[in-house]
Amino acid sequence: MSEVTVRVQKVRTASLKRKLIFFGALAGLLVAASFFSSYLCPWDPYEQNLALAKAAPSADHLLGTDRYGRDMLSRVIAGSYTSILSTLLLVAFISVFGSIAGIFCAWSGKRLDTLVMRLADMFLAFPGLVFALAVAAVLGGGVQNAIFALAAISWPKYARLARSQTLAQQELPYMQAARMAGCGTLGLIRRHVVPNIAGPILVTAMLDIGTMMMELAGLSFLGLGAKPPIPEWGSMMSDTRNLLATHPWVTLAPGFAIFVSVMIFNLLGDTVRDWLDPKNRR
Amino acid sequence: MAPVLQVEHLKKIFFSDAGEELTAVNDVSFAVHAGEKVAIIGESGSGKTTVARLVTRLSDVTEGRIVLMGKDITRASGRKLRGAYANMQMVFQSPAESFDPRCTLGDGIAECLRNFGRSRKEAEQETLRLLRVCGLAADFAGRYPHEASGGQCQRAAIARAIALKPKLLILDEATSALDVTVQAEILALLTQLQREFSLAYLFICHDIALVQDFCDRVLVMHEGRVVEEGASEEVIRRPKQAYTKRLIDSVL
Ligand SMILES: Nc1ncnc2c1ncn2[C@@H]1O[C@H](COP(=O)(O)OP(=O)(O)OP(=O)(O)O)[C@@H](O)[C@H]1O
Ligand SMILES: [Mg+2]
Repeated sequence: MSEVTVRVQKVRTASLKRKLIFFGALAGLLVAASFFSSYLCPWDPYEQNLALAKAAPSADHLLGTDRYGRDMLSRVIAGSYTSILSTLLLVAFISVFGSIAGIFCAWSGKRLDTLVMRLADMFLAFPGLVFALAVAAVLGGGVQNAIFALAAISWPKYARLARSQTLAQQELPYMQAARMAGCGTLGLIRRHVVPNIAGPILVTAMLDIGTMMMELAGLSFLGLGAKPPIPEWGSMMSDTRNLLATHPWVTLAPGFAIFVSVMIFNLLGDTVRDWLDPKNRR
Repeated sequence: MAPVLQVEHLKKIFFSDAGEELTAVNDVSFAVHAGEKVAIIGESGSGKTTVARLVTRLSDVTEGRIVLMGKDITRASGRKLRGAYANMQMVFQSPAESFDPRCTLGDGIAECLRNFGRSRKEAEQETLRLLRVCGLAADFAGRYPHEASGGQCQRAAIARAIALKPKLLILDEATSALDVTVQAEILALLTQLQREFSLAYLFICHDIALVQDFCDRVLVMHEGRVVEEGASEEVIRRPKQAYTKRLIDSVL
């Protein structure tokens, strides 16, 4: 490698590292804030005060109040608990479960592989909303059931990805070399397959956080997720959408919260992808 | 003395998705004795790599028998196959790709030792020794495959292959990616290893001059069959089959 390329490489790696730390810190802050949201609210997010209803932003209520006089800032902060933590839980679950299913398929015989993948196709072919409606109809609404519905239709993406990545890895000479080095199937999966396919899966999961947050908010918006008065960004927007023209802050505050969170996780996902590319390391 | 490797009537049929059959290896029999250097030559697609993959059990045999050190390993799997790998190792056609891109070369070599029961510390020390034997400085243990040249990866691959002190080393075009000087060094290394450990080689190669120099015996493959076999001097100087003659004329 010539000196110039080495320099360029170093600069790129350094700036990538800074980006990673920056977005990682932002995302960490967001998650920490949602975790400790109950301590961060300046007001009780459930306390109604009809005398103060639909008040514009002021020093006391930085984001104004909603139609029941509840402090919007507190409700947005409290809403992060439902919106962000349940999204993270959902994505963590589907990516881990889906990947295990995919790796299992790649390693199992043709019949089992076909069976699981057809099952995955079936879930994948379901329109998300229809499935969520069906789940809500059978099990009732609520955040848990919305998460359940989203999990059921989203794991196949990870199963497919993990399966195709694993199959591709299996073809590579180093897998054969590792087999000849005495690795059993589990050792092969743990030491070689997982580290090598973790990158694309992690990136997909990171980028999925934004999507899932939107979907969850969307389901709540339609009344299939969080039920009022539990603060959740999607349902908050839905509740207040007819106030958009007259009292925009009540709709825009949760909307902006969704926008910013989705953005941060997407940018983090992009940076992680670049970071995991082995050519960008060292 | 019983041969290190005995292969009898080996056959491999590939089935394409369309259901067509392709007989890549057909009725191949040969033996490799301790300390012997046997070459397989033949045009591209004649089934050399497939033979190597069958012998190493990376690919399932359709018909035939493989006996390694007196043990039938034709259908071996799991623990038994692992035992076979202690006696038989392979250096792959593409040296850099035969190391996990996310592990250092040292990890790749040490993994082999760890899988066969060495402690972490022992494996680390042994790795450094093996690298030295193969002419690599100790700092290569900490390098990733993409940080080493093809020839350096090849040396590391040889270091890994001899880590378990096997009796048989299979080399699939192990030198074709290298330039002439590096190739000569690798061959010198192989010769030295053979003397030290009485290793037997199954040497898959395109380079007929090299086979003539390096190997004791040669098998000529054509369309999945062994069409000629004999001492390498003899076969290359005075080929009996028209195919062998053409193969040799085309390169010399
Ligand atoms: N996994 C596979 N599936 C189907 N056909 C295969 C497979 N592997 C090899 N073949 C076919 O088997 C034949 C022999 O291939 P092989 O790789 O053994 O040739 P080779 O002698 O090593 O050639 P080269 O000198 O180019 O490496 C070829 O016709 C090839 O297309
Ligand atoms: Mg080949």
